[in-house]
Amino acid sequence: MKRSGPRETPTPRDPMADTAAGLTRRSFLKRMGLMGGGLVVYLTIGDGAGTAMARAPRQGFLGAKVPSDFNAFLRIGADNRVTCFVGKIEMGQGPITSFAQMMAEEMDVPYASVDVVMGDTDLCPWDAGTWGSLSTRYYGIFVKEAASEAKGVLKSLAAEKFSVPVDRLQTEKGTIFDTRQPSRRVSYGELTAGKLIERHLETLPPLKQHTAYTISGRPHLRRDARVKVTGEALYAADMRLPQMRYARILRPPAHGARLLTVNTAAAEALPEVEVVRDDDLVAVLHPRPDGAAEALASVKATFDLPKTGIDDRTIFEHLLQKAPPAAVAAEAGDLAKGAQASVTLLEETYLNSYVAHAPMEPHAALATVAGGRATVWASTQSPFSVQREVAGALGLPDDKVRVITPFVGGGFGGKSASAQAVEAARLSQRVGRPVMVAWTREEEFFFDTFRPAAVVKIRSGLDAAGRMTLWDYKVYFAGRRGCENFYTIPHHREAVHGEWRMAPGIHPFDVGPWRAPAANTNVYARDLHLHLMASLAGQDPLAFRLNHLEDARMRRVLEAAADRFGWTALKSPSGKGYGIACGIDAETYVAAMAEVAVNPDSGHIDVKRVVCAQDMGQVVNPQGATIQMEGCITMGLGYALSEEIRFSDGRLRDRNFDTYAIPRFSWLPRIETVIVPNPDLPPKGGGEPAIICMGGVLASAVYDATGAKVRQLPMTPARVKAALEAVG
Amino acid sequence: MGKTLQFTLNGTPVTLEVDAERTLLWVLRTDLALTGAKYGCGEGLCGACTVLVDDEALPACQITIGEVAGREIQTIEGLARNGALHPLQEAFAAVDALQCGFCTPGMILKAYGLLISNPQPSRAEIVAGLDDNLCRCGAHLRIIHAVEIAAAAMKGGRS
Ligand code: FES
Ligand code: FES
Repeated sequence: MKRSGPRETPTPRDPMADTAAGLTRRSFLKRMGLMGGGLVVYLTIGDGAGTAMARAPRQGFLGAKVPSDFNAFLRIGADNRVTCFVGKIEMGQGPITSFAQMMAEEMDVPYASVDVVMGDTDLCPWDAGTWGSLSTRYYGIFVKEAASEAKGVLKSLAAEKFSVPVDRLQTEKGTIFDTRQPSRRVSYGELTAGKLIERHLETLPPLKQHTAYTISGRPHLRRDARVKVTGEALYAADMRLPQMRYARILRPPAHGARLLTVNTAAAEALPEVEVVRDDDLVAVLHPRPDGAAEALASVKATFDLPKTGIDDRTIFEHLLQKAPPAAVAAEAGDLAKGAQASVTLLEETYLNSYVAHAPMEPHAALATVAGGRATVWASTQSPFSVQREVAGALGLPDDKVRVITPFVGGGFGGKSASAQAVEAARLSQRVGRPVMVAWTREEEFFFDTFRPAAVVKIRSGLDAAGRMTLWDYKVYFAGRRGCENFYTIPHHREAVHGEWRMAPGIHPFDVGPWRAPAANTNVYARDLHLHLMASLAGQDPLAFRLNHLEDARMRRVLEAAADRFGWTALKSPSGKGYGIACGIDAETYVAAMAEVAVNPDSGHIDVKRVVCAQDMGQVVNPQGATIQMEGCITMGLGYALSEEIRFSDGRLRDRNFDTYAIPRFSWLPRIETVIVPNPDLPPKGGGEPAIICMGGVLASAVYDATGAKVRQLPMTPARVKAALEAVG
Repeated sequence: MGKTLQFTLNGTPVTLEVDAERTLLWVLRTDLALTGAKYGCGEGLCGACTVLVDDEALPACQITIGEVAGREIQTIEGLARNGALHPLQEAFAAVDALQCGFCTPGMILKAYGLLISNPQPSRAEIVAGLDDNLCRCGAHLRIIHAVEIAAAAMKGGRS
């Protein structure tokens, strides 16, 4: 759909269309300058056949523009400190800690000697964006390879210095010593001091085996905790520059509204106010944010309001009508045969609502544009996309735009889009001063890229022996992630009608990735449905799953969860209020069990206990991984129980935390997490997987408690009561 | 519009020439450059802007600067003394009671206000005392734990 109001951003260019960029030698030198001169070993790799792997550009969407030259990732100071540069950003998931662990581990330097610089487009190697639980899984490998190669080059430098063969040398805590004469020892900093060295390395050293790890795989506290508890940690809205102005932008009252008239005379008459009109962008600027708010309140505007007839109730019919043809994610057997083989069929439709990201920090950006250059401090998950968008909007080449990402106060996918940065940059270009655009909470809700509302239709069948014979699964607009069927069902088909991305004419406002996109909806529908199937089969819901499950990793996480939970066989609805859900996300396997109590009078769900078991392969920081699981479980209570955006005719009813209820302290269940060890598998995702089970585990628990089938998330008291009445 | 106002900020007397109707949060963040108090909702609904006014934890977005004249304001910037963290800050860092950290200054001050009025709160009292402060990252469990640790360390004192 066409966006209304001043929110147009340039059409994003295809990131793959650009030639491989990344840090060039020139930019390393520039970085040295930016960092106050530098004692950098500029390491290059030779042309030998053995190095072809390292020299070839990284393949695929995720890595296409990530430099293969490891110099991009690190700098060794004369003081022996190692700076690790990554294009990712820190929004709470803790990569600032795990990247330091990985760098220190592979380089053999003390963990405390590593500094991490993130999300600065001038200093850091390119990255597609921080999402998809990819930081450790993919980017982590680049960091480890860079560290390992740097260590190899340092060893060859030391070999020359001591005139001994390289294989007599060993590294330890940032030093290299001669194994035959351990007093012969040199630190990395001494080796590199004051020199710019270009060095070729013939073969890539192998990465360490996890069994040799002493830093990775050990729990580490967050390294940004101190600055965050003292208030020193700066977020985009905290940035300050001399002469800066705070902007407030005229916003439409509804999505799809068109600006008819605007009168800014009253605002212009206010002291210190500057009014900017730049096409569709109408803004007031003031030296103080409250001054800008006052000025905006005096702007009079009229809008042509849309009448779409679409609201949070009619949306599902609308979605089904507009659904594109299916993309089949997987299929086997023949659905008709599966139906014939079934003695019991169950056909259900499940709905999921629009959900906001609602990070505690609203989008903010400070931009300063002058002399053909721009610097933007932005609250974003995608600094390199912001760089391109700002450059496009200002008519500057990409490399004249520097995007710096301070600490980000939560993203969850919502800061993959960062329109505020372009707004700030456009305004700064117009007025010739630094401009801050910090969205209000109302703007944050209005311009959020919501998790899309979605419909799932499942038709399934059981044979006389209680085995599933048919699984006909259709998902509309949630997307494919998490819809896969890992159960043994002879006739199945998973059909995906529409993804979670923006699709013209479908959603009344923007949609986008929301922590584990699509998977929350798919797992909710699948696991509630499986629970109902187990009930029809007269089987315990855990045994029912295991009976249909060959995948050893999934069996292990289910069994680990059951063990911790103390699951005992039941026939649902048992009145105990026990639920199960499990799935695969970001290549991590996860299973959850929960206990709820339902108040039949109010329809309120009291979540008493949630147990979550996860196999995420190697774990770089077990402490951080546990915290992500706890965070996912807590956050997931929201989309399961209360969170939904209510709207009609493009107007949002929920625009602040008074009506949009996110989880609070008083909602907390007892939370228990289990990491199922699997150290031989490379690290898998950790920031998202544990959230995918929350809808399914609680919906199945509500069914077990009461027999009520709550077929729409969130399970608000009203929906629970309606479902209870249907039980009778 | 400008009026001379006096109050104590993190133990230091401050005199400001300022419109008394302005919101405390914006005066702190803009005029006084103390950005530890965050804007999260502007409506008193999230607690990200929490500060102590005469030992009571209040949302700075809901208070005018005129209202704090003659009173004592404490912000997160004034909690550590000579580089030594306050026990609440220590405890938050020691148990990772934060992720993105955006709610953290408000949480710590809210907890401080609670511990000043109720030095040995039960878990239920901590939950009730912090319930108006929102955390989107889901650090709640660890925040409760941190407050319990700090309460034990403070032994009824202020630090
Ligand atoms: S910003 Fe003051 S309570 Fe949310
Ligand atoms: S730590 Fe992110 S909002 Fe609480």
